[in-house]
Amino acid sequence: MDCLKTMPTIEVNNLTKTYRVYQKKEGLMQAIRGLGKREYKQVQAVRGINMQVEQGEFVAFLGPNGAGKTTTLKLLSGVITPTDGTATVLGHVPWQREDNYRRRFALVMGQKNQLWWDLPAQESFRLHQKIYRVPEEQFDATHDELVDLLGVRKLLGQPVRELSLGERMKMELIAALLHSPDVLFLDEPTIGLDVVAQHNIQKFLKHYQQERKITILLTSHYMKDITALCQRVVIIANGQMHYDGSLSGIIDEFGGHKNLTLQFPEGIENLPDLAMYGKVLEVQTPRVKLQVQRSEVGQVLASILSVHPVDDISVEDPPLEEVIANVFSTATDPGEDASA
Amino acid sequence: MTGRLTLWWMIFRISLSERLVYRGDFILSTLIRFMPIITQVLLWTAVIGAGESDNIKGMDIGDIVAYYLLVTVARAFSSMPGLTHGIAGEIRDGQIKKYLIQPIDLIGFLLAKRIAHKLVYYMMATIPFGIVFFLFRDYFDGWPPMHVMLAYIASLGLAFCIGFFLEATFGFIAFWWLEVTSLMFMYMLMNFFFSGHMFPLDFLPDWLRNGFDCLPFQYMAYFPCAVFLERMTWEQTINGLWIGFAWAVFFFITTQLSFRFGVRRYSGFGG
Repeated sequence: MDCLKTMPTIEVNNLTKTYRVYQKKEGLMQAIRGLGKREYKQVQAVRGINMQVEQGEFVAFLGPNGAGKTTTLKLLSGVITPTDGTATVLGHVPWQREDNYRRRFALVMGQKNQLWWDLPAQESFRLHQKIYRVPEEQFDATHDELVDLLGVRKLLGQPVRELSLGERMKMELIAALLHSPDVLFLDEPTIGLDVVAQHNIQKFLKHYQQERKITILLTSHYMKDITALCQRVVIIANGQMHYDGSLSGIIDEFGGHKNLTLQFPEGIENLPDLAMYGKVLEVQTPRVKLQVQRSEVGQVLASILSVHPVDDISVEDPPLEEVIANVFSTATDPGEDASA
Repeated sequence: MTGRLTLWWMIFRISLSERLVYRGDFILSTLIRFMPIITQVLLWTAVIGAGESDNIKGMDIGDIVAYYLLVTVARAFSSMPGLTHGIAGEIRDGQIKKYLIQPIDLIGFLLAKRIAHKLVYYMMATIPFGIVFFLFRDYFDGWPPMHVMLAYIASLGLAFCIGFFLEATFGFIAFWWLEVTSLMFMYMLMNFFFSGHMFPLDFLPDWLRNGFDCLPFQYMAYFPCAVFLERMTWEQTINGLWIGFAWAVFFFITTQLSFRFGVRRYSGFGG
């Protein structure tokens, strides 16, 4: 029993997924040749991922397109079977797709509709109640809570096809949460939404996760989703994990420099040449923005101040997006491209 | 068990609601199914009129019309419009994922949905079917005895099961092939010819006709008609029901296997 208590909610060891992808060459003749002999490429979408997620964690998967984020979620939700490695979620092997496991998690895909397109969402909710065998009282309570939290009561009788993207995503979230899952996989839930809708979804997810202490894995390209919601970030590129830690830790680990903004006195005629101290990012007389190695910030500041008059100084970390983009671009590809 | 029945009832109810959303399309698609009956009656009237005899292999125009009306009924049970392409499409564009993550038996779900669609169709088709049968009532020798009626109802049930599980199997082949249009085209062609949809199988020479007994196709059109019209002995009827049952079981197994093995090699296409 003690062993069960300490078991992580999600445990992944050396998880690997390789796809065989048909390589079609351009042109009609090649298409005809393809009827006989075909060339295939092995695409390693996920390469030996290891991780543990504890109950109640809100973890973000960050990575460029085709990094392997969605493939990882598909593996953990049992949609696909891995080529190698092991994984357990809530003590179940996902790709065995036991009903006991499928009743305890939900997957929301921002680009896929899970509700009945031509019918009001309420009909899909009722079907979910029966599929997940949610008792009537629990269903009513959860349903009312979610509907009120997301403010969609007036839309319940409207066919799904007539809802806006943001409204539809709210309905998708309700459908996914009606059975009170212990683990929620969110694959780009705010994709295509306007700023207000994104904010509403973020606010709801934050509130729900804090109230219920469920485990959530989120993939998103929007940094605002990540910064608003997640304590822990996993960076994946080319199917490999490049970072697993806190959001602020990304800058410590990968932000190799800091940005210094130096405000020189008004009316200064000749700005000093600061290129010897670092990379000059911007000059807007009398202000200069300089990129300096983190380890040299103190020394550079001391040198500049000892020689030049400076009215004001600010030292900032580079923007998180910039650091992450840098991590993505420097992540080396050990073989073929990964793909989701 | 109660939970499963409640679920099936819910799927059935929702499928009914879904089927009735597009009223215009639904009514038109139901009515348009009567066009083939009219064209077949006109065609065979012309064929028999052009020949020297007033019958073909003992079937006169009245027998042929009666046969075609009953073929239409049998095909209303065995044909599964959109089933194969629906499954293949969901595999190809990734929509099938939503069923894989839910604690639901996908094949049972598709079956409940199909039964709902069929029932709506039967409800809508009852009046037009009744009118057509009434107009051609003189071509029938009255109702068959009770035991033949029961065998006829059983044969229609088997026609539905064979049609459903066969086309569902073809749909799940999309896990390997992705596109099954050509496969369906071949199947439809063979079905049209071998099931007795194109012409009564009695027109074929005996050696070929006997070979068809072992294939699944005739149990989806010819066999129910032959049972109703009492064109076979009671022993042949019972044998036919057993063979039809064996085919239904066979395709039930192929559906289960193609789904189970297909899911294992599924790549989760479509993001």
